[in-house]
Amino acid sequence: MSGLIIDNISMRFDLPNGKSVQALQNVSLDLKQGELLAVLGPSGCGKTTLLNILAGFLAPTEGQIRLGGKRVMGPSPERGMVFQQGALFEWMNVRHNIDFGPRMKGMPRAERDRITDHLLETVGLHDFGEKAVYELSGGMQQRVALARCLANDPDVILMDEPLGALDALTREKMQGLVLKLWKETAKTVVLITHSVEEALMLGERLVVMAPRPGRIFREYRLPFAERGVNMDLREVKRSKGFAQTRDEILEMIWGMEEEIMGKRDSA
Amino acid sequence: MMVLLVYVAIFVVSMLVWGRIKRHRDRHDFTSLKTVTFGDESAITPDRVASVISVLSVFLIWGAFTGSSVVPLHVPGPFIGEAGFSYTARDASGAEAQAQVRILVHAIGAKPAAPAVPEGPAVPEGTGFAKGDAAIVAAWRSVLIRPADNDGPGAQVVAINGQPIAVDQEIDVDGGSVTLTGKGSLNFQAARGMQMEPIWLPSPEAVGTRLVEIAGNGFQNTSLWGHLGASLARVLAGFVLGSAVGIPLGYAMGLSGWFRGWFDPIVEFMRPVPPLALIPLVIIWFGIWETGKVVLLFLAALWIMVIAARSGVSGVKLSKIHAAYSLGASKAQILRHVIIPNSLPDLFTGARVAMGVCWGTVVAAELVAAQKGAGMMIIAASKFQLTDIVVMGIILIGIIGYGIDTLMRMAERRMVPWKGRG
Repeated sequence: MSGLIIDNISMRFDLPNGKSVQALQNVSLDLKQGELLAVLGPSGCGKTTLLNILAGFLAPTEGQIRLGGKRVMGPSPERGMVFQQGALFEWMNVRHNIDFGPRMKGMPRAERDRITDHLLETVGLHDFGEKAVYELSGGMQQRVALARCLANDPDVILMDEPLGALDALTREKMQGLVLKLWKETAKTVVLITHSVEEALMLGERLVVMAPRPGRIFREYRLPFAERGVNMDLREVKRSKGFAQTRDEILEMIWGMEEEIMGKRDSA
Repeated sequence: MMVLLVYVAIFVVSMLVWGRIKRHRDRHDFTSLKTVTFGDESAITPDRVASVISVLSVFLIWGAFTGSSVVPLHVPGPFIGEAGFSYTARDASGAEAQAQVRILVHAIGAKPAAPAVPEGPAVPEGTGFAKGDAAIVAAWRSVLIRPADNDGPGAQVVAINGQPIAVDQEIDVDGGSVTLTGKGSLNFQAARGMQMEPIWLPSPEAVGTRLVEIAGNGFQNTSLWGHLGASLARVLAGFVLGSAVGIPLGYAMGLSGWFRGWFDPIVEFMRPVPPLALIPLVIIWFGIWETGKVVLLFLAALWIMVIAARSGVSGVKLSKIHAAYSLGASKAQILRHVIIPNSLPDLFTGARVAMGVCWGTVVAAELVAAQKGAGMMIIAASKFQLTDIVVMGIILIGIIGYGIDTLMRMAERRMVPWKGRG
């Protein structure tokens, strides 16, 4: 297994009104196996587009994505995805949501059940296997979504604002869970968020993207995720450098937002 | 008009009375603490007392206006008994004479012996040429009395009960009214009261009796269950065929731009055409027997199911499809495990609508031509003025339609418990 390589990706498409949009311009990143990358940026900076390209739902107009030396051409189970709203299948109970991937592969029942039981334990839902997913709270649904993704044992986990729809307390708990799973499974993770604190706490590496055209603006290597593995997340927030980095990034993003607004006003 | 007023009165009075009673009862549930209920949809639950009173009042009014024996209150019925009046006739010489007319009004279907002709003249100072008359007539009906037949030539009626009468003038008498016709006869109309004639609307118990009779003996060589079963079988056949074609077509339209482009004009054109408008064409093409009816119901169900399946497919959230792809599902697996289950709530909604439309269409189609069926039963009975069978048929059709919808809703709750909770 080896890393995820984003090799000089650009994406441009035409609008019905004849104009064209440069969604991404010359984005390059080199992720090693087991790295956790957080992607931040103001809305419209192309971070979701980038994630969709990584997942294989969109094709870039230039450049390519390579995972373990193989070029990414479309969606595949080696790149699992966790969505903001869970995107669970309501017609299946929790267990069948989690073992969807293995089931589609035709894995025998006993093996599937072993994986599912283990994952239910890991995400803290051991008594909920036979529950209907619509009976669960938002936080529990996201736990199921994480477990469903892990059940397939992907090389890379792509997360599109997975905690964005949760309340502050649940969100904090889930951040701890994400860190724990990342450390335990040693998966490569790409996490999109618009919470700066979340990006700081979870991102071992952090890129800030800028809009128009979507590009990488700044890249950080951060110590907080590593600290968070062994420390209470609130402690991490108080730890050295956290507040300073947070303010710096916030300033950066506000600057971008203001620029967009200014452009819009003058136009 | 009268019926409507009574109905509105029952509505208002029972609402006020029940509201008064309810206010005095202790309720401690959450809704009872809401101060704003006007516009709060969740605070409005159907008041079951209102439903019960509603159904009872329909029967009450029905019974009251048909003289039913199962209802204690009645509006005045038609006159039944002996009616009579006297008339004054004038002959060619200008002499006047009086005579009695006696009319026996009997209930419909119970014809008694003719009453004796009263002695005439009844009034002493009469000149004696006027002779009494007698007639019998059924309630609600009228009868023609010809005083000239036995009063001698040239005699003409000039007054009824002492009131002068002109041609076409109507005078109220005991038990009815009398009109002088242009030919000098008297038309006696028995008082109608306010109840409905059985031929307009039979009483509830008459319908019930008829139901028992037809359930036992059948109607026109087919048992009641045979009639209803024939209609149901047609509906099921049409619905199953319509779904079998419509659902895959709808899926194809939801999944392929070519299919959607190709069939969109056809579906959108055919959808607003009521199936009944197709009856003539279907009869010409497929004949008046079973094939024609099943084809008609097939067409009725088809477009509804196509649209339901199409919207079921379009309604699937893209993230679910993306999730399934990135979990390694193939296209066939996504169709089987994501798209089809996701479309079930829409399919059920469509199926409920389609069953309702099919049931309505089958009855209408049977009105046109059929040897058995609920609609045929109604139309055949109406030709013999058997209104009680017509009413019975309408009630049975309503109950079955309601039953079908209830069954569909139960099936829906069982099979798509996640509906609306995605």
